[in-house]
Amino acid sequence: MVQSLDYLKETASQTAGPYVHIGLIPKQAGFDIFENNFTNIMADENTRGERIIIEGRVIDGTGTPLRDALLEIWQANSDGRYNHELDRQKQGQIDERFRGWGRAGTDFDTAVYRFETIKPGVVSGRNGLDMAPHINFWIVARGINIGLNTRMYFADEQEANATDPVLNLIEQTERRKTLIANRDDSGPVPVYRFDIVLQGENETVFFDV
Amino acid sequence: MEFYQRDRTLQPAGYTPIYKTSVARSPRQAMLSLQGSLSETTGPVFGQNELGPLDNDLIRNYAKDGDPIGERIIVHGRVLDENNRPVPHTLVEFWQANAGGRYRHKKDTYLAPIDPNFGGCGRALTDENGYYFFRTIKPGPYPWRNYVNSWRPAHIHFSVFGSGFAQRLITQMYFEGDPLIKECPIVHVIPDEDAINRLIAPIDLNGSIPLDTIAYKFDIVLRGRRSTLFENRLEGN
Ligand SMILES: [Fe+2]
Repeated sequence: MVQSLDYLKETASQTAGPYVHIGLIPKQAGFDIFENNFTNIMADENTRGERIIIEGRVIDGTGTPLRDALLEIWQANSDGRYNHELDRQKQGQIDERFRGWGRAGTDFDTAVYRFETIKPGVVSGRNGLDMAPHINFWIVARGINIGLNTRMYFADEQEANATDPVLNLIEQTERRKTLIANRDDSGPVPVYRFDIVLQGENETVFFDV
Repeated sequence: MEFYQRDRTLQPAGYTPIYKTSVARSPRQAMLSLQGSLSETTGPVFGQNELGPLDNDLIRNYAKDGDPIGERIIVHGRVLDENNRPVPHTLVEFWQANAGGRYRHKKDTYLAPIDPNFGGCGRALTDENGYYFFRTIKPGPYPWRNYVNSWRPAHIHFSVFGSGFAQRLITQMYFEGDPLIKECPIVHVIPDEDAINRLIAPIDLNGSIPLDTIAYKFDIVLRGRRSTLFENRLEGN
């Protein structure tokens, strides 16, 4: 025998279940309990950067959109800085008016989720390679045993996307497109549409982070 | 500082046919392994000023004309990482059914009644030692549509952040001695018996308030951070 390693084991994940809204977005469950709610509105009038809306659906292997999914996003600010002590990048500034995190449920009727945020900047990645502007997604729902991680990139950042070290890790170049959201400028605020396909044709690339 | 690789042998797979809803909602392609960058090693920070004084008291935080029906319990424990270090000042959220197994949710149609004095959700920040606690009533088991006669063991749902987005975790806490645990397909998507046992909170008489409220102790472990020993700095700075 040898000495035993004394690391603890990560707690096992369990599905968020059909009633995840009660705990995380109680207003969608149908009641009002907290004075302060965590929402899908991530920027206020003083946040720096370009206002954008992100909208989409989460689609299962039969092509049916989930009406009970919960999504969270985590992103850098318009300078490419994360509002976190471990971000020691030299570029830009932390924006006190921008945490960089939001949560949203897909709508019980339309199945659409929506975030109101700002477009992030370029973030320095591993080995000094710049990562194209992107938003980190985490998706949970009934039937999802452990939260799914993916990233959304921006179709109008073609040049940065072409050299992004994470997109370039995806061997099947066709599948990179599943992470790129198209921009719609027809309304007052640009809308990026980002559908997440859980399974089957056009299955979104998910990351084991 | 990136995180230790997640031990997938202790975590449920996506595709687990005993839990039928997972079949159409699980990816079929392999996940792409990604080494940590700032996007994974950082995460949102929350402050005590964002929480209300009753947010961790489910006996009081939705009470209208009295206390909710049910066994009064305290749930407490620590959020730790795999290095056995506390995870301080992190947000822990919890939600549950009432004593009859009914959720306050517009989509829950189970015939057990709504409790007018019970909301069923709360939240807390861990202190500097990773410690959290809340007070509630013990939830009841409830039926669900997997097989026609499937029943969930009594459980409380937990959501935990940690300090980096790659630590984000949702799980469920079960209660010591519940005979429904061994029958439950959702529990048994976890491929490791010890990992299942770590989701079962023991009664903690030392944490109880005599003549008032009984306690259960539930510790949660998030992924540990790897210290960079001899490597070049991997992240931009
Ligand atoms: Fe539940």
